[in-house]
Amino acid sequence: MTAASLREPPVAKALLIGAAIAYVGLMLILPLGTVLVEALRKGWDAWWAAVSEADARSSIRLTLIVAAISVPLNTVFGIAAAWAVSKFHFRGKTALIALIELPFSVSPVVSGLVFVLLFGAQGWFGPWLEAHDIRIIFALPGLVLATLFVTFPFVARQLIPLMTAQGSANEEAALTLGASGWQTFWRVTLPNIRFGLLYGVLLCNARAMGEFGAVSVVSGHIRGETNTMPLQVEALYNDYDFVAAFAVASLLTLLAIVTLALKSVLEWRHRRALAAAH
Amino acid sequence: MPGAARRRSSPLPGFELSLGITILWLSLIVLIPLSAVFVRSVSEGWSTFWAAAASPRAIAAYRLSFGAAALAAAINCIFGLLVGWVLVRYRFTGRRLLSAVIDLPFALPTAVAGIALTALYADTGIIGRLLSAAGMPVAYKPAGVVVALTFIGLPFVVRTVEPVLAELSSEVEEAALTLGATRLQTFSRVILPSIAPALATGFALAFARGAGEYGSVIFIAGNVPFKSEIAPLLIITQLEEYNYAGATAIACVMLLISFAVLLLLNLLQHWRQRRDA
Repeated sequence: MTAASLREPPVAKALLIGAAIAYVGLMLILPLGTVLVEALRKGWDAWWAAVSEADARSSIRLTLIVAAISVPLNTVFGIAAAWAVSKFHFRGKTALIALIELPFSVSPVVSGLVFVLLFGAQGWFGPWLEAHDIRIIFALPGLVLATLFVTFPFVARQLIPLMTAQGSANEEAALTLGASGWQTFWRVTLPNIRFGLLYGVLLCNARAMGEFGAVSVVSGHIRGETNTMPLQVEALYNDYDFVAAFAVASLLTLLAIVTLALKSVLEWRHRRALAAAH
Repeated sequence: MPGAARRRSSPLPGFELSLGITILWLSLIVLIPLSAVFVRSVSEGWSTFWAAAASPRAIAAYRLSFGAAALAAAINCIFGLLVGWVLVRYRFTGRRLLSAVIDLPFALPTAVAGIALTALYADTGIIGRLLSAAGMPVAYKPAGVVVALTFIGLPFVVRTVEPVLAELSSEVEEAALTLGATRLQTFSRVILPSIAPALATGFALAFARGAGEYGSVIFIAGNVPFKSEIAPLLIITQLEEYNYAGATAIACVMLLISFAVLLLLNLLQHWRQRRDA
């Protein structure tokens, strides 16, 4: 029995590789290329005018603010959740992990709706909020809440399997040698999980900046005020201002390409440090 | 669950703090907001709920969302298996690039995917021109929904099938060959059955994501009620008409279905672990 007989004939192999590349090219690369081509259809000047226009700039600023608030919060949560789940044994752990991953199976639109039901004009806290002149829906807090919901599991889901696989031996050794709990965390745990953490933050950030459905429900679509970049893309597109829509979209596409590149580098260079995370 | 939490002796500190943060944050951001959908649905009363949740327009929207999601997930099972197979079994130039590109639908914002697919598949687009010349227009039709969901779902199948294909032992394949099976027979009788659970998991993940998908779909779907209106869009339409009860009822149905899929996924996971053992 030679290994060769386990392989497909070279022709079949070439056909399969060709088919896979053709399919991915048609389904994934072509749409990606389309964004860049459409964005530059009227040249660089039109592109620059579109992305530096006041409402576009305001949407970029808002997207950065929303991500800058929600990503760190969910990162702290993710580390805490992974510490609790991976370093200790307690009842209900499986259920807790399932609940943490719950937002992945909820439609983005429903993720936004839940906050309208709580804080909207007809919501539970709506009248109270109105009486105290606090705006959550159609304002920044609503955008942040919806983003927190949809990006909730990213960091935790990356760290839980990684930290479970790493075990507690290193931490126990540090404690025996007289380190305090926080010292152990900063000097032992954090360096051990840094690549997994980076990986989780990267994906969390991509989703936070690109989220559409959930923020669409809570935003109110006020241009220059509550439109994030994806919402601005929709607004421009619905105005039939396609070049501007694709110009703003091209910035988000760049974000996606950078995210994918960094993610791939992490996967190639630090495969072992991420090993348990896959 | 939090009350019942009891830790087995571990020398590490921070159990109360980390579990406390986890449960507090989980409750504030996910559990309490989600419960609002169910509490609101119950408080509206059964007849109001049923009238909105089972209206002909809502039924047509569920049928499109779940039907298109199932069809797209099935397409992704075929091509996801092909791509996964090629990535795991063959070494060729550009393999790493191909592998990196698979995750594009995770990284590309859905609204961007939506307008790009529409530009491609509209009658003026590169693909749309060919399709409408062939008498099969896709954009602004239910078929457009399937195209968008096929884009979104591919990585779910590829990433679930890949590790299982990689771990498949070559001994079984060798045995099949020794017993006189052709390569194709080995694939359909030996390989396919062993990756079936992973394929089913990939299908369920792609299906769950597709059924709730909004951003990539609304640009390419026609959004005509009863014909090309997906369920998440109907929720938004109801909200814009200040029909909170209607929006909540449809959201409730969608949540219940996605929880059912989640349960099914956990059962699948259980099945896979038992098979591996």
